[in-house]
Amino acid sequence: MNIGWLTLLLLLPFVGAIATMLVPKAKALLSKQVALGFSLVTLVLAAVIAIGYQQNGAADYAESHTWIEAFGAHYALGLDGVGVVLVVLTALLTPIVIVASWNDAQNGRWSEKSFFAWILGLEALSIGVFAATDVFLFYVLFEATLIPMYFLIGGFGGAQRSYAAVKFLLYSLLGGLLMLASVVGLYVLSARAGDPSYLLSDLVKLDISQNTERWLFLGFFFAFAVKAPMVPFHTWLPDAAAEATPGTSVLLVGILDKIGTFGMIRFCLGLFPNASEWATPVVLVLALISVLYGALVAIGQTDIKRLIAYTSISHFGFIVMGIFALTSQGLTGSTLYMFNHGLSTAALFLVAGYLISRRGSARIADYGGVEKVAPVLAGTFLFAGLSSLALPGLSPFISEFMVLAGTFSRHKVLAVIAVVGIVLAALYILIMYQRLMTGPVRDGIDKLKDLNVREVAAIAPLAVLIIGLGIFPKPVVDIIKPAVESTMQRVGVTDKAPEIPVTEGQK
Amino acid sequence: MIAQILPLADFTAPKIEYGELAPLLVVFGAACVGVVAEAFLPRPLRHMVQLAITAVSVIVAGVLTAMLMSEKKELIAAQGAISVDGPALFTWIILLALTLISVLLFAERSVDGGLSAFAGQAAAVPGSEAEREGTAAKVEHTEVFPLTLFAVGGMMLFASANDLLVLFVALEVFSLPLYLLCGLARRRRLISQEAAMKYFLLGAFASAFLLFGIALLYGYAGTMSLGGISDVLASDTGGEALLLAGTGLLGVGLLFKVGAVPFHSWTPDVYQGAPTPVTGFMAACTKIAAFIGLMRVFYVALGGSRWDWAPMMWIVAILTMVVGSIVAITQTDVKRMLAYSSIAHAGFLLTAFVGVAQAANGVHNGITSTQAVLFYLVSYGFPTIGAFAVVTLVRDAGGEATHLSRWAGLGKKSPLLAGIFAFFLLSFAGIPLTAGFTGKWAVFSAAWTGGAWPLVVVAVLSSLVAAFFYIRVIVLMFFSDLPADSPDVALPGWQTTSAVALGLAATVVLGLVPGPVLDLAARAGEFIR
Repeated sequence: MNIGWLTLLLLLPFVGAIATMLVPKAKALLSKQVALGFSLVTLVLAAVIAIGYQQNGAADYAESHTWIEAFGAHYALGLDGVGVVLVVLTALLTPIVIVASWNDAQNGRWSEKSFFAWILGLEALSIGVFAATDVFLFYVLFEATLIPMYFLIGGFGGAQRSYAAVKFLLYSLLGGLLMLASVVGLYVLSARAGDPSYLLSDLVKLDISQNTERWLFLGFFFAFAVKAPMVPFHTWLPDAAAEATPGTSVLLVGILDKIGTFGMIRFCLGLFPNASEWATPVVLVLALISVLYGALVAIGQTDIKRLIAYTSISHFGFIVMGIFALTSQGLTGSTLYMFNHGLSTAALFLVAGYLISRRGSARIADYGGVEKVAPVLAGTFLFAGLSSLALPGLSPFISEFMVLAGTFSRHKVLAVIAVVGIVLAALYILIMYQRLMTGPVRDGIDKLKDLNVREVAAIAPLAVLIIGLGIFPKPVVDIIKPAVESTMQRVGVTDKAPEIPVTEGQK
Repeated sequence: MIAQILPLADFTAPKIEYGELAPLLVVFGAACVGVVAEAFLPRPLRHMVQLAITAVSVIVAGVLTAMLMSEKKELIAAQGAISVDGPALFTWIILLALTLISVLLFAERSVDGGLSAFAGQAAAVPGSEAEREGTAAKVEHTEVFPLTLFAVGGMMLFASANDLLVLFVALEVFSLPLYLLCGLARRRRLISQEAAMKYFLLGAFASAFLLFGIALLYGYAGTMSLGGISDVLASDTGGEALLLAGTGLLGVGLLFKVGAVPFHSWTPDVYQGAPTPVTGFMAACTKIAAFIGLMRVFYVALGGSRWDWAPMMWIVAILTMVVGSIVAITQTDVKRMLAYSSIAHAGFLLTAFVGVAQAANGVHNGITSTQAVLFYLVSYGFPTIGAFAVVTLVRDAGGEATHLSRWAGLGKKSPLLAGIFAFFLLSFAGIPLTAGFTGKWAVFSAAWTGGAWPLVVVAVLSSLVAAFFYIRVIVLMFFSDLPADSPDVALPGWQTTSAVALGLAATVVLGLVPGPVLDLAARAGEFIR
């Protein structure tokens, strides 16, 4: 039965944000508990919805109400496999970030509670973005997510936070406004065909001429490429991630950037299938450049958070490659990658944040021999790093493998070159680990405290999921598969038949 | 005998549709009553009475207009001089609503030690003994209220003028009171008087252009009425040179009032110098009236020669957007920044105007240019007055602290005020869920619907540049430390509070549920002739 589950899911964090703000300033602890409580309830509800989705299908969750009739805009929410995975990821990472950032907002520009209220606000808007089935609603929420993130970076980050926040905002707005032009174009096409409507289900029926489709595609793609971020539109990410608190960075890279790759699947492939196919060569090359360039630059970083930000650029290269390889394996892999990347990068950012907050410096050169002083911290860091470099047995490995295999079946040369990215990943993670954790104990490191219970508690669910999905990814893959198949159908491509098919006997 | 000399028998009284023109008559009549009251009432009573006359007449006119709208009466009234059609009525309503808010600001006396924002005696030399005495005796200029009524009456007439001469008369009727109002600031009187002088000279210059254009068009068409010119254009009797020159000169005069580049140079100086409540009134209401006047003339009278004027308007629209947003970046004064922002907004409005999305141009589905422009004017007017109302509250010993550097750290001092101002700025920047976004969306889609998609691309890029300077102010207010000698935030009286609250409410509502106002704008339909 449909009782507006998704609206409920969207409202819950909003109410939480308001409730958090209403707590008196003096009771900082209470405000944090309120925020955590709301995020946990949201997680439970998201889980219920995900389970319901798997059992009963998407129809139970679709909602649609006319919002602005003159624009053809609807308040329409709905789920598909990709959306479910990202909604769950959002609901999962938020409480983790709240626990991990428990004391990070004390030195902010504003009260502690506002940090947590902004986080909940961001969660609500992100869930809306992943669930919107109306392009206008999507656009509105897409742009609205910038506001909480802007204040999270600008209010609670490092010394250069204002600069980083403005840079983030302007880059995102540039992409967003070009997308606005395309969104307006969609309206015009839809109005010409009859009654204007922004519902995805109506827009896919539009007959768009080749040139128009390509221009509109470019508007959307540019916005998503900035968001994802892909080289050469990536320079805002390292600044933003380095200046923000680790928790904010997790939300930024783990959730907000996923909107870019999510949008590529749902809107670029969904609305402009022919233009997407037309753009494939260029996009794939850009993705490959992102993979290699991100990894190479990561190796050269001297700042821990910047390094992790560049690893993400490399990972996003893989995701985009999987999407535009246009094979079911690649698409499934990419969607899974979005989820797994959220987990592993969250772990890496948070542990790095623990380390940085203890020493008070993000420079790699300031560290050495941490593993002798704080073995648990070093161990979790190594685990998070290994998951980031896609060690077999951990969940990112499966998605990276699927992306590469999916790409290989169609674009052999690209896939072969992209494999170098895996080697580079091993380099940037292991070199960082070596410099930070091994060797003689540096000055200032000798009194480093090991992780406390709260910090371990924040990382533990991530570790469990990374290992669990590394061994048994089937539940998530099952959710993603149908959505991928319908997208493939929409684009009108089928997987290439393998050159050496598996025969019954070999199975 | 007498009848032979004076052909009395041929004289028929002009038919005046009093019912349809009632809103105009109420406003003008109240303005005259205000002048009389100013002459005969004792000084202590004047403020109260004038405020009452103004507010009541504006509200009555608004109610009458609303009744006309609900009756859906559309006609050319007063022997073809005034066109009371959907767009005109819609414009009247928003003009009256915004005037009411502005009048509240004019009446505010609690932010500046019990005195209004206007000079006690405009004739007293700045810094003189007479001025000090006047201030000490709390002398006030209550003439601002009838002046405002004349201005708004002129604007209403301007937006509904169906005849070029009426257009010109209306222009002068609303311009002259504005010139006066600009020069009446209590603080910084020299810069205020300078602004009035500049505005007057440049305005007179623009009026001359307009008049010359009207003369040439008359030479071309042999008629002053908009419909008549359109008929002549349709039958195309030649005389292209007169038509083109007339169109160009008329365009200069109208674009001057709109504040479009390259006829914008008065805007920043006048906005900065004028008393802030007047600036808010001008920024919102003048723009509305001027824009509707511009559209009416070009759509109704000159629609047939669209291909002659469209290229010019394309260039003006692009220049206005680009120059408005880029030059705004370099501004260091809040009021000047808002002035350039209003120029950029004029550019966004022009995109919809140039798009000509209307049935006459083969557009039958979706949003029309008129609808988009009407909506945009609403979504721009309310935050504008609200923003200027906020500006009146940030004060130091010398009056309003309008230099941007003085706004640093305002978010610490008064989070509520800074938050509201930030919200207005976000609306100007066109961030979703604010009125500005819906407005932008409407004009962009109207432009594209009419085929002007390159303008849309320029517009979104200009929006980005514009967003930069709005966000810079937000950064300044929230991300900077509070200096030791920061200006005070005056405690507003109910007048300013309600002006800000109304602006804020409109900005939120138009951002979240713009449907009703959009429908109303759609119901307004097209200009009739």
